[in-house]
Amino acid sequence: MLNASILTWLTFLPALGAAVVMLLPRRGRAPQVFTLLLTLLLFAMALHLPAHYDYHQQQGFQDELNVPWIGNPNIHYHVGVDGLSMWLVVLVSFLAPLGVLISWRVIEDRKSEFYALFLLQQTAMYGVFIALDLILYYAFWELSIVPLALLIGMYGRKNGRAAAIKFFLYAFIPSALLLVGMLWLYAQTGTFDLVQLQQQLHGWSTGSHATGLWLTSLAFLLAFAVKVPVFPLHGWLRDGISEAPTAVAMILAGKLGLYSLLRWHVALFPTEAAHIAPLMVALAAIGILYGALLALVQTDLKRLAAYATLSALSFCVLGIYAFTTASMDGAVYQILNESISASAFFMLLGILYERYGTYDMAQLGGVAAKMPRLAVLFVITTLSLIGLPALNNFVGEFLILSGSFQTHARIAAVATLGIIFSAAYMLWMVQRVFYGAPSAHVTGLVRPDVNWRERAALWPTVALMIAMGVASLFWMRAIDLTVPAMAPKIATAHTAFDARIGSTR
Amino acid sequence: MTEVSPALRILPEILLTVTGVLVMLVESVLGVKTSRKPLGALAIFGTLATLVASVYQLQLPAGTAFFGTVQSDAFSVFFHLVIGGIVLVTLLVSLDYFEGHSSYVGEYYALILFGAVGMMLMTSSVELLMVFISLEISSISTYILAGYRKRSATSPEASIKYFLLGSFATAFFLYGIALCFGATGSTNIYEIAKGVAGGASPLLLTVAFGMMLIGLGFKVSLAPFHVWTPDVYEGAPAPVVGLMSTAPKAAAFAVLLRIAYGAYGTLAHVWMPLIWILAILSMTIGNLGALTQRNVKRMLAYSSIAHAGYLMVAFTALAPMGIAAASFYTAAYAAMNVGAFAILSYLSGFDEKRTNLSDYAGIARRHPVAAAAFAVFLISLIGIPFTAGFFGKFYVFTAALNSGNAWLAVIGLLNSGVAAFYYLRLLAQMYMVTEEQTVAPDNVHARPAFVLGVAILVLAVFALGIFPNRALRLARAGAATFAAQATAAQNISAAVLPR
Repeated sequence: MLNASILTWLTFLPALGAAVVMLLPRRGRAPQVFTLLLTLLLFAMALHLPAHYDYHQQQGFQDELNVPWIGNPNIHYHVGVDGLSMWLVVLVSFLAPLGVLISWRVIEDRKSEFYALFLLQQTAMYGVFIALDLILYYAFWELSIVPLALLIGMYGRKNGRAAAIKFFLYAFIPSALLLVGMLWLYAQTGTFDLVQLQQQLHGWSTGSHATGLWLTSLAFLLAFAVKVPVFPLHGWLRDGISEAPTAVAMILAGKLGLYSLLRWHVALFPTEAAHIAPLMVALAAIGILYGALLALVQTDLKRLAAYATLSALSFCVLGIYAFTTASMDGAVYQILNESISASAFFMLLGILYERYGTYDMAQLGGVAAKMPRLAVLFVITTLSLIGLPALNNFVGEFLILSGSFQTHARIAAVATLGIIFSAAYMLWMVQRVFYGAPSAHVTGLVRPDVNWRERAALWPTVALMIAMGVASLFWMRAIDLTVPAMAPKIATAHTAFDARIGSTR
Repeated sequence: MTEVSPALRILPEILLTVTGVLVMLVESVLGVKTSRKPLGALAIFGTLATLVASVYQLQLPAGTAFFGTVQSDAFSVFFHLVIGGIVLVTLLVSLDYFEGHSSYVGEYYALILFGAVGMMLMTSSVELLMVFISLEISSISTYILAGYRKRSATSPEASIKYFLLGSFATAFFLYGIALCFGATGSTNIYEIAKGVAGGASPLLLTVAFGMMLIGLGFKVSLAPFHVWTPDVYEGAPAPVVGLMSTAPKAAAFAVLLRIAYGAYGTLAHVWMPLIWILAILSMTIGNLGALTQRNVKRMLAYSSIAHAGYLMVAFTALAPMGIAAASFYTAAYAAMNVGAFAILSYLSGFDEKRTNLSDYAGIARRHPVAAAAFAVFLISLIGIPFTAGFFGKFYVFTAALNSGNAWLAVIGLLNSGVAAFYYLRLLAQMYMVTEEQTVAPDNVHARPAFVLGVAILVLAVFALGIFPNRALRLARAGAATFAAQATAAQNISAAVLPR
């Protein structure tokens, strides 16, 4: 019984919590404490999923619940997880308490609103990952935009309002086309259900609906690609990340869009996805290099982080659209890795900003001498982000690159350059900020090193970086069960090769 | 079938009229200084009774009364409930609005009630002359209500403008009726349907439809008949704008549905292109117009033009689905728009001191609850899921797509993307701007009646957005009774045709 309702509880408890936060007294620490306890409870509940996951079930969804929501049009409350979404749900639950801890003292003004919106955002993210009905999915997808935009605008730095509106419009307008696509699918098939749609759309790519299906798949792709973001659609990312408060920057980019690409583009329109894959792979490679090169020349730490994020997310896109077992497994694994490492990175930047009041590298320097503990954590995170072996990102990026070499050798070779660049900008940044002679700004301010609360937020991520680097199989079991099967079946030329890879692994 | 007493067919209207007359009578014996609130309470009580009577009407078999001029069916009940709900909430939120201006409050309640009688009668009339009379009843009371802030410069201007253009538009409507009579020999919807199917002059009928469309298009502020809207909404008192931007529109849409699908069902291929054009024009002009507005009331006026356009998209769909979608949209739109204007009236007070976008800077700090409610209504107007606005748009565009109007849906939804910008700008102003530049010190206090009214609206927005089943079932029942009668009329005409 718990299995059927756990996802529902996970999804709607935060929304309920948001209402409670608004009713709590505004003074004191009540909002933080409550939100922290609730997010920890949610994390514990989320761990129920991997603990009771059936690692032998290859097809279909687990912890599934399917009840009618609206009779006509035929919309169901259909939720469930598979190997793709299960760890993402856990990831969201893992990051939430950390976000609360890191905002503990930073957000003092309009605190209740902050935590309420933060919890509402968590509801939306859970919803996106578990919804198996298009309209239900779309509802959460759209819902996820609102709290994020409000959080950026209300708690951002100086240009938060402009960044928030930009983010909202970038996300909302393509979603309008997504809705048209969904309605077209419903008009043709009479269902919004993922599984039924997959069955019904089979073979349509050559039939009389070919054009409509092609346009619909493009509408889906566009909406998701903006949210990732994929290279030419990243206009909102720089301002969004550099304005967003730390806890929001941690969840802003990546996982929602990447998950949606796999679940609702690749798995729903396999033929169309195969057709557009070369373009996506090329855009991903451009994004990797473009992000890395721009990160090299930034002087603002948050902007550097934004371009580094673009580069890192493009690896995931590359992995997804290379359509090999290794690359797709790697891409999904990399979604988890990137989220964890980038979250740690954003938290560290937030701590730096809290101490020194600037993200400007020119004003920072020699921080390591002042704050040795912070420096250690920072260096480990940086090494994880540039893909040092034995740390988590190495596994993901290696799988992505080795997988894409089979189908797109030249592009993968170019993309590999991105890793070299990432080492360059990251290490150069660490050198400028932490080592060398202390800058006048840093020597002028006496600031405490990381405190217990910040360590409580950072050490779990560092522990995971190492654990996911050396014991990747633990996570890979579920991912490998479902994700490679999502690849379009037409890529037959490569399946034989994949089979060999699979057997050696 | 047992005979239903004709009075039962217009029971809600009778109750409202009696309440209105009572309000007028009591008003005349009250002293100048006496509070008029009891009159408001009386009006609210009458409206509640009307809503109950409307629900009761659902139990009656659908049928006509008074020589086939009025018909009560699920369709009319749906719109009665929408209009009654709007009136109820408007009365609640304006109960304290006229504090300190008590000398002319009594008529205010009476005028709202009499206006509502006209609107409700419009939705149940199946006789065009009856429609015309009730249209006039509703219009005259809204003309007066628009000018209710007598001492301001803009309010009487709004009233005069609305009155002159409105009379002009009703003249068009009347002319359309006359032409219709000329073509078919009747002004009864079902007789006209027979005439339309039976080969009456298509040219005359089309011109007649065009005339009626102009008249009703003016009432619902469809582009290009929208020019009065921003000026009138800017001048009229905010609670009244909430009422007149929703209730008369709901009534006019009901009439348009009856004419388009009931009388002109077989000429759909002729009127659909007209509706197409009006829909696209209204959506685009409304949204582009709203983008440039600095005055919040004018912005919401343009947004109401755009919403009328979205609603017209439903008309391009096939009969039962389009009718149900349009009906549902009317209800959803009413909930969020009345709400937006209620909050506006609360924040800016009787002298409307807070109407510019910049006046809303940082208001979320000073009035967190009101701002949160405003945010809910704005988010619903944007069309974010789990609010009424989302399902409203969803059903409208589903209906359009199912009838093969994919491109209209694309245009409409892209338009809603543009619209998001200006609603968002207001939201950002409230929540994300820190400097306070309030014009005058606030002395607004939320009264219980106001809070109740807004709470009803917030609940309605979420109820229609999360559990739309019940409202949708009623809307579909309305559409079904309607379609059944239309086909019955066509069958009759088919039997008549060989003659």
